[in-house]
Amino acid sequence: MTNARASGGGTSSTPPPADQHARTEGQAGAARGPGVMSRVGQARHLGLVVALVLLAIVGLVTVPDTFATSSNLVNILALAATIGVITVGATFVIIGGGIDLSVGAIMALASVWATTLATQSYGPVVMVICAIVVGTGAGLVNGFLISYGRMVPFIATLAMLVAARGLAQRMSDRRTQLVRPDNNAIVELSTTRVFGLPLLVYIFALVVIVGWIVLNRTTFGRRTYAVGGNPEAARLAGINVRRHTLLLYALSGLCCGIAAVLIMARTTTGSSTHGDLYELDAIAAVIIGGTLLTGGRGTIIGSILGLLIFTVITDLFILNGLNTSDQLIAKGLIIVIAVLLQRRSLESRT
Amino acid sequence: MSDLLVMRGIVKQFPGVRALDGVDLDVRAGEVHCLLGQNGAGKSTLIKILAGAHQPDEGTVTFGGEPVRFAGPIAAIKSGISTIYQELDLVDGLSVAENVFLGHEQAAFGFTRRGEMNKAAAELLGRLGHGEMRPGTEVGRLSAAGKQIVSMARALSHEAKLIVMDEPSAALAHDEVANLFRVIRELTAQGVAVVYISHRLEEIREIGDRVTVLKDGRTAAVGLPARDTSTSSIVSLMTGRDVEYVFPPRPEPGSHDGKPEVLKVENLTLPGRFADVSLTIRQGEIVGLAGLVGSGRSEIVETIYGARRASTGTVVLEGDRVPAGSTSKAVQMGMGLAPEERKSQALLMNETVARNITIAGLTKYAKLGWVDRKDESAEAARLVQALDIRPGDPHKPVRTLSGGNQQKAVFARWLVEGRKLLLLDEPTRGVDVGARAELYAVIRRLADEGVGVLLVSSEVPEVLGLADRVLVLREGKVIHESDARELDEPRVLDMIMEGSAL
Repeated sequence: MTNARASGGGTSSTPPPADQHARTEGQAGAARGPGVMSRVGQARHLGLVVALVLLAIVGLVTVPDTFATSSNLVNILALAATIGVITVGATFVIIGGGIDLSVGAIMALASVWATTLATQSYGPVVMVICAIVVGTGAGLVNGFLISYGRMVPFIATLAMLVAARGLAQRMSDRRTQLVRPDNNAIVELSTTRVFGLPLLVYIFALVVIVGWIVLNRTTFGRRTYAVGGNPEAARLAGINVRRHTLLLYALSGLCCGIAAVLIMARTTTGSSTHGDLYELDAIAAVIIGGTLLTGGRGTIIGSILGLLIFTVITDLFILNGLNTSDQLIAKGLIIVIAVLLQRRSLESRT
Repeated sequence: MSDLLVMRGIVKQFPGVRALDGVDLDVRAGEVHCLLGQNGAGKSTLIKILAGAHQPDEGTVTFGGEPVRFAGPIAAIKSGISTIYQELDLVDGLSVAENVFLGHEQAAFGFTRRGEMNKAAAELLGRLGHGEMRPGTEVGRLSAAGKQIVSMARALSHEAKLIVMDEPSAALAHDEVANLFRVIRELTAQGVAVVYISHRLEEIREIGDRVTVLKDGRTAAVGLPARDTSTSSIVSLMTGRDVEYVFPPRPEPGSHDGKPEVLKVENLTLPGRFADVSLTIRQGEIVGLAGLVGSGRSEIVETIYGARRASTGTVVLEGDRVPAGSTSKAVQMGMGLAPEERKSQALLMNETVARNITIAGLTKYAKLGWVDRKDESAEAARLVQALDIRPGDPHKPVRTLSGGNQQKAVFARWLVEGRKLLLLDEPTRGVDVGARAELYAVIRRLADEGVGVLLVSSEVPEVLGLADRVLVLREGKVIHESDARELDEPRVLDMIMEGSAL
């Protein structure tokens, strides 16, 4: 087992996928099983890592002067940070057997609410709190509609998508709201660098780490897998499935609130047009990362790798001066290929 | 008179189970032929072979004088055998006529000819004595009885010569059953043969011509006259069994009398399912519920557990009232349930054995939501060993285990401290004989440790052999209660099928 873990850490520059160990690791005696299992589990992420490395090689070959520069790498991470935070929430919701289409709209609403003149007058801390409260609140509304109102997640969050964007437009009068200079502390999240990386990348990393811990080390995470894998069995095992579902959507909303802070930092604005189609990018990243859309299975590391693949592709297309339409085609193909490959590896395992 | 259908020596083998082991069946044109047998006797497998859903491994099927071998359901339907399953395979959003002709719509260039279909459907409904049903009605608006008529009209539309009906009366009210019988008589008068499956002996006497009895995958009797064969001889044909059950020894009768009550249920009612059920379970006692599928036994268990909400009645666990409709409360208070459908209701098939075991008692290994994985893993390993779950590796995916070992994993889930009451619904379904004996021993051991057990099984010998006390259910009511040792299998079967409590 120790060997498996060591090699796991050594296969790539990404954080060691301790994640799969967590799902299979056993301390008490059964040494052989977990070792085998973790190697199989790792193979799943290994594919994503290989894809990422291949993309990097493509970058190094096609645009050697610009791709490997630190400013480009920082750019990739900064781009990934906003959707990345949302992706963490989306991973929870999807493992829990649901779907959240409203993430982009909630983020937009939170960014608008936090940048209204009234909110801004209270200073940057209140702006951050405001974004987070608005995001979580909208997530709670989703959760209530789905768990206690028994609405289909797709429909409830679709309604939220439309309504939250509308509310954001109304609040902002369809105008982009600038972060006032005296609230520049927010913008500094993207301009201040520590060890060469902007602060928002650290926030992203923190959300990923906390998300990983919650998913893998807490009762909440464990129950998320149970609720998504077999809601009836979860209920009969004594889990309060409704309350859990409610919390999952609240968590997704919370992540949208944090993402709103990051987008305000990066763009210095709050706008009803922020986060357009983020829901699709987030869901695509989660699926490429190997999370089952039917729930019960998935990892945060996978989702983040999926997201990085997407972001690097965008970056490569821009650096090579290629058409954005082709970029969309490439992304569509990647989703299809990733899911086909995962199905094959799932089948070979059973 | 020649037989319409002749089946000889039908054998069907599934992995680990010989579902059919030489079954014979003869059905004449224009008769109602009843198929009887306990759960697991092979009735469903036999009708699936007739329907073309399974192919027999051995044996011959002759239909209309020709040897046949159906490659699939469509082939069976084309040659004139239609099957009406309990779960009717109708599309709710389509009209009656569209359902009748589903898959063989009358169409020209891809456009359905609604006028003609409606006319043809009306004619078929008329043949069934239901000319008043309108072909344009949406099927979702019909009652269960109405849907059944639609299914039969569909069978007629395929010019079925033989219609198999799997427990058609199960979903029907009393007067609807009379109507069903009228329709069946219309069919047989037109020369159509009906294979009728039901647990209710009185129905078989009313509608049936002849009876074939299945037992443990073999034919126990062929072609008995339905009206004149005595109940006792039918019951003994169904029960005389080859499989020997090994039950652990149980305490003397009356030894639980002074013990404190673990569970007290009073006047529990769930309309349409069961009514006015009262029962008590004392510490260390195993109480069995015997009854047919649909008698309300699973619903009672699920209601006690809070998975269903009773309309009236109380559930009291060791003196504390259990709030209705909350499984999480029930678990907190000390109940555990091994539900009827292991795969769909109990197991997390994506997960390992260990995680399946610990999911219900997760808070026990957690502080402030943080799971202590060392604790958890050690506990899972201990339970795997205690119940001798094989293979003994708690980190194997649970789906790789056999049925018996999967069931043990479900049991293990509730072997955490503080369980006061275990509700076991069909704990040995799909479990082979050897593993059954182990499960019985585990259940008795739990009871000996002071847990109260409520056991549901459709296998009467299991209830009689394992439980201390038995409640007999029929149509949602407790019709008999006594010490298990005072009952025998024929008497219980007699009660649950005829309702003639002695």
